[in-house]
Amino acid sequence: MSAHADTHDAHDDHHHKETFVTKYIFSQDHKMIAKQYLITGTIMGVVGVMMSLMMRMQIAWPEEPNVIFQALLGKWAPEGVMDADIYLALVTIHGTIMVFFVLTAGLSGTFSNLLIPLQIGARDMASGFLNMISYWLFFISSVIMVLSFFVEAGPAAAGWTIYPPLSALPMAQGGSGAGMTMWLVSMAIFIASSLLGSLNYVVTVINLRTKGMSMTRLPLTIWAFFVTAIIGIISFPVLLSAALLLIMDRSFGTSFFLSDIFIQGEVLHYQGGSPVLFEHLFWFLGHPEVYIVLLPALGITSEIIATNSRKPIFGYRAMIASILAIAFLSTIVWGHHMFISGMNPFLGSVFTFTTLLIAIPSAVKAFNYITTLWKGNLQMNPAMLFSIGLVSTFITGGLTGIILGDSALDINVHDTYFVVAHFHLVMGISALYGMFAGIYHWFPKMFGRMLNKNLGYVHFWVTAVCAYGVFFPMHFIGMAGLPRRYYTNSNFPLFDDLQDVNVVITVFALIGGAFQIVFIYNLFSSMFFGKKATQNPWKSNTMEWTTPVEHIHGNWPGEIPHVHRWAYDYSKPGHDEDWVSQIVPLKDGEEELQH
Amino acid sequence: MTALLSILVLVFILVAIWQMVKIFDLTQGKTAGSDNQVANDQDNKINGYLMLGFLIFIYVITIMCFVMFGDFPLMSNSASEHGPGIDKLMIISMIVIFIVQTITQFLLHYFAFKYRGEKGKKALFYADNNKLEAIWTIIPVIVLAVLIIQGLFTWTSIMNVNEDNDPLIVELYAQQFNWKARYGGEDNTLGKANVRLIDIDRANILGLDEADLNAQDDVITTELHLPVGRPVLFKMRSQDVLHSAYMPHFRAQMNCVPGMITQFGFTPTVTTEAMRETPEMQDKVQNINKIRIEKSKVLVAKGEEGLDPYTFDYLLLCNKICGKSHYNMQMKIIVETQEEYDVWIKTQKAFKNSLVEN
Repeated sequence: MSAHADTHDAHDDHHHKETFVTKYIFSQDHKMIAKQYLITGTIMGVVGVMMSLMMRMQIAWPEEPNVIFQALLGKWAPEGVMDADIYLALVTIHGTIMVFFVLTAGLSGTFSNLLIPLQIGARDMASGFLNMISYWLFFISSVIMVLSFFVEAGPAAAGWTIYPPLSALPMAQGGSGAGMTMWLVSMAIFIASSLLGSLNYVVTVINLRTKGMSMTRLPLTIWAFFVTAIIGIISFPVLLSAALLLIMDRSFGTSFFLSDIFIQGEVLHYQGGSPVLFEHLFWFLGHPEVYIVLLPALGITSEIIATNSRKPIFGYRAMIASILAIAFLSTIVWGHHMFISGMNPFLGSVFTFTTLLIAIPSAVKAFNYITTLWKGNLQMNPAMLFSIGLVSTFITGGLTGIILGDSALDINVHDTYFVVAHFHLVMGISALYGMFAGIYHWFPKMFGRMLNKNLGYVHFWVTAVCAYGVFFPMHFIGMAGLPRRYYTNSNFPLFDDLQDVNVVITVFALIGGAFQIVFIYNLFSSMFFGKKATQNPWKSNTMEWTTPVEHIHGNWPGEIPHVHRWAYDYSKPGHDEDWVSQIVPLKDGEEELQH
Repeated sequence: MTALLSILVLVFILVAIWQMVKIFDLTQGKTAGSDNQVANDQDNKINGYLMLGFLIFIYVITIMCFVMFGDFPLMSNSASEHGPGIDKLMIISMIVIFIVQTITQFLLHYFAFKYRGEKGKKALFYADNNKLEAIWTIIPVIVLAVLIIQGLFTWTSIMNVNEDNDPLIVELYAQQFNWKARYGGEDNTLGKANVRLIDIDRANILGLDEADLNAQDDVITTELHLPVGRPVLFKMRSQDVLHSAYMPHFRAQMNCVPGMITQFGFTPTVTTEAMRETPEMQDKVQNINKIRIEKSKVLVAKGEEGLDPYTFDYLLLCNKICGKSHYNMQMKIIVETQEEYDVWIKTQKAFKNSLVEN
C-alpha cells in the first residue's frame, strides 16, 4: 500500500471512518503501533525492575522474612522467606524481560516505528500489516513470559542464557519443566516478532525515503535503527535454531547439547552432544544483542545531543562509520563470553583480539559526543540530561570491558559481580537512559502533549545518582571474588566483609527503583493532562517536526515535503535562527556541508 | 491487608507528586503556554551546576570505593605462580581505565556546565575535523595494542599446559551440589572413567573403570590437598549440568562440562598456613570476625545459635549457575608442604579398597 505513498492522498481517511478496534487495537498505523510498544514495554519494565529489587533485598537481608516477598511471591516465599529456586527464577526472568522485552522490543519497537517513517518522509512502514502482526506477536510472547510465573514448578530458572543441561533436564531444576517450555515458546514468538519488525524497518529505510533524503542525509537515529535491524536479522535466527534444538533435546530425545549425564541416580541416554555448542549458538545472538539494545540508544542520543546543543553532531561520517564498525565487530566477538567454557585457548586469543577492537569505534563515538557539547548552547531539557547521562555510563561501563574482554583477566572475574556491574552500566543503564531520553524528547510527537520537565529533572538526578550508587561499588565486590547468582552469601564467611557493601547497593537500588514512580506518573498523567505541545517544541531540524501535532493517517497533509540538506544545520552561519529544517531549500550561494 | 496498605502508600505517593508538581508550576508562573515545559535559562543554569556537582559525585564515589574496598585481599594476594602476572595486568588496565575515566568524565560534565545555554547565545558551527578524529582513533589503537599483546602473552602462558615438568594430576569432579577430587595415586595417572560406569551400590561414585589398572590406586577425596611449589594439572568433569571450578585465590577458573574433560593448570606458591599469617589476611580475618561477633549477638538474642569464628581457608567455589543449591557448592583447598601432603595422601583409601563388595 505504502509503496504508492507519494500518490496516496491523505484526505482519503476522512472517507472511511476507522472503528475503535482498527484505530487503537489492531492498528496498522506506525504511530499507534509505536505507542503500543511503548506502553507494553513500560509495563514489562515495571515487572522487570520489581524483580531486581526483590533480588537485591534478598541479597542484602538474606535471613530476614520480608512481607513484600510474601505479598508478591506467595507460595514461593513461605513466611516471607524467599525460596532458593525462585531467586534463580527472578534472576532469569529479570534478565530476559529487561534485555528482550524492554530494551529490544520496548526501545527499538517504539522508536523505530515512530521515527523511521517520520524522519525519512514516508507515509507509513512498508507493510503496515506486518507491523501490526509484529506488535501482536510481541504482546503474546510477553503474556506467555509473565504467565510462566504461575506454573506449578515455577518459571525458567537457568539464567537468561539458559545453558543446557540445566535448562534441558526437569530433574536438574524445578524451573526446567513447564516453565522452561513456556520460556522457549515465548522467545520463539518473540523472535518471529522481532524479525518481522526488523525486515520492515530495513525495507522502509531502503525504499521509502522522500525525495532528496539520501543515505548521507539521514539522521543518525535512522542509521542506528537501520543497522540494528540488520544485526537482528543476522543473529536472531541463530537463537531460534538453538531454541528449536533445545526443544528437540528436551522433548524428542535428541542429543544436540547433551552427553554422558548421570542425575538423580540414573544414567540418561544422551550421547555425543555438547553444551559448548549451545553456548556458541546462544552467544552468536547474545553478543550482537548487546548492540541491538545499545545502538538505537546511541542513535537517539546523537539526535538529542545535537538538537539540544544547537550544534551539528560532530563527525557525522565518523559516527556512521563507527556504527557500521561496531555492527560488524559485534558478530565476531561472541567467544569472549566463553573464555573458560573449555573451548580451545587459541580461540580465546582470537576473541580477545576482536573484542578489544570494539573499544576503538566506541571511543570515537564517546569523543564525538563530548566534542559536540564543546562550545554549544546547551538546552538542559530532561532528554538532554538523560543523553549526557548515557555518555557518562557508557564510558564508565565500557571501560571495564577492557578487563573483561582480556581473556587472561577474565579468568578471575568471569561470572562475578564485576561482570554484573559492567554490563548493567554499559548496556542496561545506558540503553535505559537512551529510552528515557527518547521518551522525553518525542513524547510531544507521540501524544501531542508535553511531559512535565520538573518531574523529569527529579527523575533524572535521582536515577543518575542511584545508578552509580548501585553499580560502581559492585565492581569492587566482584573483584573480591563474589560470584553472581548466589541466593545468599552467608555460607561463605570469606565474603562476610562484603555484606555492608551489598546493603548500601540495595538501598540505592530501592531509592532509584521507587523514584521511577515519578516517571510512570509523569508518563501517564501527561498523556491526558499535559500541556498541549506546539509543532516543534525543541526547534529541531528533522522531518518528524514538520507533521501536524494532531496525528493523521499518512503523516503529512498533502504532498510529502522534499529534503534539501542534512539534519544537523544547527547554528549555521548565514541563518537568523539557530536551526534550519531539513525541508528548507539551500539559499542562493549556500553550500551544503561536505560531510 | 498488606496489599491494601501497599495500594494506600502508592496512592499517597502519587498525591504527593501531584502536589509537588503544582507547587513547581506555581513558582514558574511567568512563562505561559507550552513553552514552559521547555528548558529556560534558569533550568540550564541549575542543571549546569548540577552537572558539575555530579562530576564531583563520580570522583568522590570512585575515591571512596578505592579507599574502602580497594584492599580486598583477593586483589593483591595471589597464591599461584601465574597469579602475579594476572594481577600486574589487572593493575595496568585499572590505571589506564582510571586515567581515561577521570579525563573523559571531566570533559563531559565540565562542558555540560560551561556551555549551558543562554538566550541569545549562538553555538559554534563545528561539524568535522579529520585530524581530531584521527587522533582519537589512533590513541586507543596504541593503548589497546599494548594491552592486547600483554594480555595474549599472559593468557597463552597460563593456558599452555606443560606436561613435561611432572605436574600432579588431579581430577575435579562436579555434581549437584558438591565437589570431589581424585588423585592418580602412586603412578600419578588417572584411571579411565565415565558416568555410565557409576555404581552407587558398590560405592563407585565417580564411574571409574574397575578393570583399568590405572584406576586401582586412585584416591577420591572431599578435600583438595595440594603440595606447595609443585605444578598441578586439573582435569575437570561434571556428571550432570555445567559447573565452574572457581579458585579465586589462585586466579584460576574453568568450566566443568558434562561429556567432556576440561583442564587448567597452576602452581600453588603459598601454603594455607603462610597465607593465614600474612598481615593483609590477618586484618581481613580480624575484620570478618568482628562482623561475625556482632551478628552472633543478634542471633543469640533471638535464641538462635551464634556463628563460629572464621579461620581462613582457600576455597573452590561453583561459579556457573547449576541449580537450587548453587550458592553452597564449595570445597576446601589446603596447600601444604610436600611432607604434609605425603602423610595426608597415605591416610586416604585407594579406589580398589573403597569399593563395597556385593
